[in-house]
Order: sequence, then structure tokens, then C-alpha cells
Amino acid sequence: MHRVKIYITLKKSVLDPQGEAVKNAAKSLGYSELANVRIGKYMELEWEGSDQDIQERLDKLCDQLLANPVMEEYHYEMEKL
Amino acid sequence: MRFAVIQFPGSNCDVDMYCAIADVLGEEVSYVWHGEKSLEGFDAVLLPGGFSYGDYLRTGAIAKFANIMPEVVRFAQEGKSVLGICNGFQILTESGLLPGVLLRNHKLHFVCQTVELKVENHQTMFSNLYQKGEILRIPIAHGEGNYYCDEKTLQSLEENRQIVFRYVTENPNGSVADIAGIINEKGNVLGMMPHPERAVENLIGGCDGLRLFQSILSFWKEGIQVAQS
Repeated sequence: MHRVKIYITLKKSVLDPQGEAVKNAAKSLGYSELANVRIGKYMELEWEGSDQDIQERLDKLCDQLLANPVMEEYHYEMEKL
Repeated sequence: MRFAVIQFPGSNCDVDMYCAIADVLGEEVSYVWHGEKSLEGFDAVLLPGGFSYGDYLRTGAIAKFANIMPEVVRFAQEGKSVLGICNGFQILTESGLLPGVLLRNHKLHFVCQTVELKVENHQTMFSNLYQKGEILRIPIAHGEGNYYCDEKTLQSLEENRQIVFRYVTENPNGSVADIAGIINEKGNVLGMMPHPERAVENLIGGCDGLRLFQSILSFWKEGIQVAQS
């Protein structure tokens, strides 16, 4: 069994109004050194199988369902449980 | 003419759509539950607005795997009319029937107001009863209507005249090139954020949306005449 941690973020070319709003809020609290905020999604999956099998299936699942390649990018980490 | 209104769990403009067709356009219409697998006997498919599957993950992301969707794709490939409004538009982009994606509105607010739209292309099966450049007043109600696509896609949308409606005076959601509605290359799948089905009677604030449905009907009828002659 593996635990998979998936990070999904908006592509750099896509404006993130939520990140902008959070940045502005933080700046108004006095964090003037804050240069940029991007908000994404984090998912944890538990998955059975070997490293290689999981990776192949996981890429497919990310492209098919978990992320939309038109606007998002993803990367993940795997750890053995 | 027979219209199908697809119902997903969380659709909430299905009744508006049904009434626009049955009571105002005066054509046959049936609800089709998302678990169904056939669209046999229908001439046009309408994907209504709402929050299918609670907008979980992304808008339209789960709906694209509904049982009925492969049939909607097949229906579209046959060249029949498919119209997605609001959440229906989001489902069409997620399913790959239309390019691009709908992002969160640029000001983060849910916007619910009447907007002005310009008819950019009046030579489609959905817009043939409008005048070129005509300005329509149609309601919008969405939190994720900010149409986005990359430069290359935008260029091909412009070149192929696939942008059917644009926001004028004010862009309510930050969409690229003020896009409010686009059609596929083949010209039989239209997605738009504004709600023409909510603008079909003067009693409810205007009827600029009615001619969209009448356009579909008129194209369908003329198509038959062409086939017979």
C-alpha cells in the first residue's frame, strides 16, 4: 500500500484571482514583503500495487479526472505505508 | 421537433429549459435522467444550468462521466444540435466537446444580473434569427464563468468565427476576449454562460433569448426541406 500526495496548481499562464485576494489581504495585514500567492489543491490517496503500476495508472487518473490539463498542472509524491 | 433536457443531480435550470421549449417555443420536450443511455428519437439536446454533482472537484468534472454523456458525444458527432447553458457549458468544455475551460470569476463573486451581449456570429444553427451585431439583454447567474483558453485556441476561435456571443459594456467575469458563448468547429455544439431560457417572455423581464430556441427550430425545419427537395 502506498500513500500518494497529489498537488494540483493552476498553470503559470492562468490568473489566480483567489491567490491575488489572499495576497492583498496579507499585505493589508502588514506582510508587505509577500510577492505572490498561488492557491491549489492537495489530495491524499491510498493505493495498492507496485510503484511502477501505480505511477502509470495515477498519471492516467490525473489527466482524466483529478486535474484539467487546460488550466492545471500536477505533481505527486508516493510513500510506502 | 423533439428536445431532450438532461438532468444531472444538482441541475436547477432544467425546469426553466423545459418550460421555454414546451410553453413558449411550443415544441415537444422530455427530461432525460443522467443514468439513461439513449437519446434515440431526439433532435436536440439541452444541458441545463445548475451545480451538477455539487461542483465537486471542478465544475462539470464529474458530470462528464455520467452514463448519458457518451451518448451526448455520439449525438454531437452526428451533427445534431447540442446546447449547454451555464453549468451545461462547463460540462461541454470538461467533456472536450468545446475547447477551453470556465474558471472562477475574476472578482471571485457569484454574479447574478442582466448583461448585454453582442451577437458576433448570426450564421449558426443557434443564432440565425438574430441580426449581425445585435445587442441582447440576457440574465447571467454564475460563480465560474470566466472563459479561458490559450492564445492558439483563441486565435482559431476568432478565425473560424466560433465566438457567437460576447459581453459588451461590461465583462462580468473576466473571460478572455469578452467571450460569453462559443460554438464548436462543426457548428452544432454551443456553450454559453448567459441564460436565454430565462429570457423568453416579457412577463419575466424580456424575450431576447427566445430567438435562440426559434433559430434551432428554424434550422431543423429548413434542414428537412433541403433534404426533401
